[in-house]
Amino acid sequence: MNVAVAKTGKGRAVSDLFTSAEGRLPGSPGITAVRREAFETYERLGLPHRRIEEWKYTDLRALVGEVLPLAAAPDAAALKRAADAVKAHAIDGAHKLVLVDSVLAADLSDVKALASEAGFKTLRETLEKDADLLKTATVDAVIALNAAMATDGVVLSIADGVQLSAPIQIIHIATAASASAFSRSQVAVGKGARATIVETFVAAGASAYQVNDAVIVSVGDNADVAHIRLMDDAPDAVNVTSHFVTIGANVKYNFFNMTTGAAVSRLQGFITLAGEGSELSANGVNLLQKTEHGDTTLVVDHAVPNCVSREVFRAVIDDRAHSVFQGRIIVRPDAQKTDGKMMTRALLLSDEAEADNKPELEIFADDVSCGHGATAGALDDSLLFYLKARGLPEKQAQALLIQAFVGEAIEQIADDNLREHVIGIAERWLERRS
Amino acid sequence: MALLEVKDLQVRVEEREILHGLTLTVNEGEIHAIMGPNGSGKSTLSHVIAGKPGYEVTGGQILFKGEDLLEMAAEERAAKGVFLAFQYPVEIPGVATMNFLRTALNAQRKARGEEEFSTPDFLRKVREVSKSLNIPQDMLKRGVNVGFSGGEKKRNEVLQMALFEPSLCILDEMDSGLDIDALRIAADGVNALRSPKRSMVVITHYQRLLNYIVPDVVHVMSKGRVVKSGGKELALELEASGYAQFEDAA
Repeated sequence: MNVAVAKTGKGRAVSDLFTSAEGRLPGSPGITAVRREAFETYERLGLPHRRIEEWKYTDLRALVGEVLPLAAAPDAAALKRAADAVKAHAIDGAHKLVLVDSVLAADLSDVKALASEAGFKTLRETLEKDADLLKTATVDAVIALNAAMATDGVVLSIADGVQLSAPIQIIHIATAASASAFSRSQVAVGKGARATIVETFVAAGASAYQVNDAVIVSVGDNADVAHIRLMDDAPDAVNVTSHFVTIGANVKYNFFNMTTGAAVSRLQGFITLAGEGSELSANGVNLLQKTEHGDTTLVVDHAVPNCVSREVFRAVIDDRAHSVFQGRIIVRPDAQKTDGKMMTRALLLSDEAEADNKPELEIFADDVSCGHGATAGALDDSLLFYLKARGLPEKQAQALLIQAFVGEAIEQIADDNLREHVIGIAERWLERRS
Repeated sequence: MALLEVKDLQVRVEEREILHGLTLTVNEGEIHAIMGPNGSGKSTLSHVIAGKPGYEVTGGQILFKGEDLLEMAAEERAAKGVFLAFQYPVEIPGVATMNFLRTALNAQRKARGEEEFSTPDFLRKVREVSKSLNIPQDMLKRGVNVGFSGGEKKRNEVLQMALFEPSLCILDEMDSGLDIDALRIAADGVNALRSPKRSMVVITHYQRLLNYIVPDVVHVMSKGRVVKSGGKELALELEASGYAQFEDAA
């Protein structure tokens, strides 16, 4: 087996990560050049480290060290495990698209049922003609690596005016241990359409794997989109995900991310409000224990006037875990009457838990209302005692207060069924606390 | 039969002794009032009985139904039948009152090895009790005590008392912050819970509350001790003459 080593700061030998995988990566010969260029960018930059401002709290060189080789195609046993995982994590009534180690598993997916409502292709199919999906406006090392290595993903288009009858759930299942999966997806929502997209990340018997995902979303004018990401990867896994979202005019875009798994994770969202009159609600919950490191980084770019953005973020950090929230709000010179607010709160359950919070407001317009607030603290002893005096054991009293704490972010999910699904995942996290 | 026996209890808070050898016996079915000036240790006694952290017991013991209460965690005491009605019930945003009540009741039942309540049985029980206490159903959907008035918070305490059916109720300054009407509703709720199997310790500054909840025994506390005990007439005597005489005595 090839041992793939990413280039490190110490100038070690260039890896054969790419060359060993190249033959298995989809795309026409023209696309190979795009991939090679992206890989060169990654090699030039190397894994992000603390001296890169955007990554100062999430030093992947120190936390991850190396990028593992591409996962082999799943065998029958792995597909069986994946099928069981789909049953366990599927949302009732949703149209499922299942990626096993980042490759679409058509047998486990509801491709036919979906076809009546949305256009669907795999990334693999799309790349036979067109390399556009490998290009993004923002590029860093992990984004470049994703472009170089992206193996598969879903390419969805929801036509103008279509109201999806059910959520589309993209389920990422890891079955290969000590390997990497690179997925890249696109969701294009047409004008006046209404869609709910849920992304679920789980393991099916795999450990110590790495996920690098990218999702490119475009939302047409007057559309209404709920986008929910639930990352519950294996406790020793790595998940680095980049979102690129472009929002048209008079759109409602409601984003929610919850991190309950992975040893090291980062979700970086680049969200651009490109049309006037839109409302963005971007919310998140990090539930971290043991030595987990979870980073949620959101860059909200108000490129046009008259948009509203609201960010509510909650972190619950136990043991020696480390939560990072970086929230940047950019208000471009033309973006007058911008209304942007960001509120983040961290709950520290142990003396060794750590929360880093970096709000950044970059305001270039003069008639705007922008603000942020942040708090960090422990559970309130007087509330704990009240609950214990009513008969709740310590852990149960804590669980009730933790649920209340994250509830404020979870409540931003409008759909009852989805909200209950998310609460269920949070409850399972609470049960895992020793 | 003695339900609660406090024997020569000595308690410190951060190096300062608050209770200096307090002794008190409450028999089954009795209502005891504990009166005394600010700082006499009344609330400390209620907190130590309920198991609030931050108090160091340096001497004496507390027996509840003959068992050593000080060896038990607060939640065990609750499951055994100790209930403290808080002077200032806390607000718990995000925890719906109904969910809290069900979780607490079932935690106590589980600790006692009893079956958990089914949802319909529980709802029926809550509806019954809340109706008698004039607690509207929509209040139960709100976060625990969030946005409740002083009177509503105290009624919520009485509601819990009625649901959990404890054998010992400690009412810590139930009258604080209540107007006469609110006080009467809360006191009526408490009186409805009087039973030969249930004892109460009513802690108060003022005699006023004892017009509504009439005690069998009145104790006067001063400087960390019980300095005088008597019948309900002792409360009236105190109202007339004040606490000063006892402060000198202690």
